[in-house]
Amino acid sequence: MPDKTAEKVTTATGEPIPAAAVATDAGPAPAKARSLWSDAWHDLRRQPLFIISSVLILLLLVIAIWPGLFTSASPRQADLAKHYLQKPQWGHFFSPEWLGYDGQGRSIYARVIYGARASITVGVGVTLCVTVLGTFIGMIAGYFGGWIDSILSRVTDVFLGIPFLLGALVVLNTFEKRSVWVVILALAFLGWTQIARVARGAVITIKQADYVMAAKALGASTTRILFRHILPNALAPIIVVATIALGGYIAAEATLSFLGIGLTEPTISWGGDVSAGREQLRNAPFTLIVPSVMVSVTVLSFLMFGDAVRNALDPKLR
Amino acid sequence: MGRYVARRLLQMIPVFIGSTLIIFLMMYALPGDPVRAMMGDQAYDPSVVASKRKELGLDLPILQQYWNYLSGLVQGDFGTQIASQQPIADVIARVFPVTIRLTIFAFAFVSIVGIGLGIIAGLRPDTLRDRGLLTLTLILVSMPSFVLGFLLQWLLAFQWPIVKPTVQDDTDITQLLLPAIVLASLSLAYVARLTRTSIAENLRADYMRTAVAKGLPRRRIIGVHLMRNSLIPVVTFLGIEIGNLMTGAIVTEGIFNVGGVGNEIYQALIRREGATVVGIASLMVLIYLAASLIVDLLYAVLDPRIRYA
Repeated sequence: MPDKTAEKVTTATGEPIPAAAVATDAGPAPAKARSLWSDAWHDLRRQPLFIISSVLILLLLVIAIWPGLFTSASPRQADLAKHYLQKPQWGHFFSPEWLGYDGQGRSIYARVIYGARASITVGVGVTLCVTVLGTFIGMIAGYFGGWIDSILSRVTDVFLGIPFLLGALVVLNTFEKRSVWVVILALAFLGWTQIARVARGAVITIKQADYVMAAKALGASTTRILFRHILPNALAPIIVVATIALGGYIAAEATLSFLGIGLTEPTISWGGDVSAGREQLRNAPFTLIVPSVMVSVTVLSFLMFGDAVRNALDPKLR
Repeated sequence: MGRYVARRLLQMIPVFIGSTLIIFLMMYALPGDPVRAMMGDQAYDPSVVASKRKELGLDLPILQQYWNYLSGLVQGDFGTQIASQQPIADVIARVFPVTIRLTIFAFAFVSIVGIGLGIIAGLRPDTLRDRGLLTLTLILVSMPSFVLGFLLQWLLAFQWPIVKPTVQDDTDITQLLLPAIVLASLSLAYVARLTRTSIAENLRADYMRTAVAKGLPRRRIIGVHLMRNSLIPVVTFLGIEIGNLMTGAIVTEGIFNVGGVGNEIYQALIRREGATVVGIASLMVLIYLAASLIVDLLYAVLDPRIRYA
């Protein structure tokens, strides 16, 4: 299994490291030379942080994709007779009344299960958009330098000057109906700067490497140099920043939905449910506490995952 | 040094214009009309609306409007709130002190407790104490401030009533304590982690070994040699966090009903009052930029190796 992964990853990055191989041959313990990626994978599997967070994330993904597996109740079925009426029934695991009912008599348990999809889609979606956009902009700025870099860096500064939450409020407020995709695009529009900076820095270091010179001397095209030689080698710091940011985007979506400027009905979101129950904090705290706990557990899982990835890919930062 | 500051101030101008322009464009170029919002559900005469729009300059091309706005801003004129007819400068003068009080309170909390916890953990890396603190900060980071806010409100105001659930009087420091803690929590956790990493790393530095070998007292080694070197990245982070604390106040002020900038901006967004939002946002962008400049200058004070020509 490890060998297979190692092979796959080395071919994927396309960067054999002859120097390291020579060094290991000369060394007393002839261990197989490993690329950064297989080394990181080797390291990851031994981290309890990684194992715990992966299990939690897998569970959350299953909930997000097939919520029907976890509850038979509908999250939208309202029965006003049950309006805040029922306290949580601790014995009734996974039944609709397990965690009580909200203000409109909907099962809180069903609501939090069905709320997972929106949160996780936003978190993953924003991270993907931000990574692609930020990497592209950062790579162009870093590789070409000169006036292209000056312009792109000033644009980055302008976007960095806008406080994230405030910018998101202004952008999202201009939409009447806000679906998951609107929220993803709005957050990505404001969030790409961090990755762009990291990517630019990494590319500036890498473009001076000998293998880039060699590729240029061999007459490789700019696109080939960028995507075959520079990108794979700049990827590690980008992935570290992106995985850590993922949890933050989920928290941002929940906060915006809580403020009433994130996802709107009919999308079920944890932040929106907390906001709907806020007047009942004294009488029916569970309407707030259950979705709040779900948000925190989800953010925590992704943060732990990000930490584990960082420990593996960038041991210096530990 | 003077030339460096001048250059930085000049560089701030395009960034300021760009950031405010983006906020301005989003606020005005998209659907929703403040004049219509002001009329509410009343039946209105289209010609009245048109003349009102003309009076407010809303019929001009968008860039012209921005230019008018910016030239007013330079003269200290933030425009007028359409609904209440109050000058926005007055509104800002009323709500800003509240948020600044809350932010300063939270900032003090972040600096003292955050750095303190970081030092406690960083001096003994990989001990139980350190691991416990890392776990605690991880949990704090994963709680969005509305979660922590409601949790503390529920526990401290309803379960064991020791504080009032909302702020009645925002000049009362004791009432601002809970909102400030909630506002501070996220930054506090980051500062603690950053301090801890920085200290743990510098503990292994050569100059530390030299200081120990010279026989310096432990207090001096830690208080002068270690701290001065370790706190440089923390200071940068703290500078950036001032801006984040001020925007984070939007949520905290909502939960605890504090009448500050956050509340004002939120109300203005719902009323689609672009001028108020852009005005407050411009001030926040300015604070952001000023904080980053001050941080860069502080570098030279903290780290004598850095000299600005």
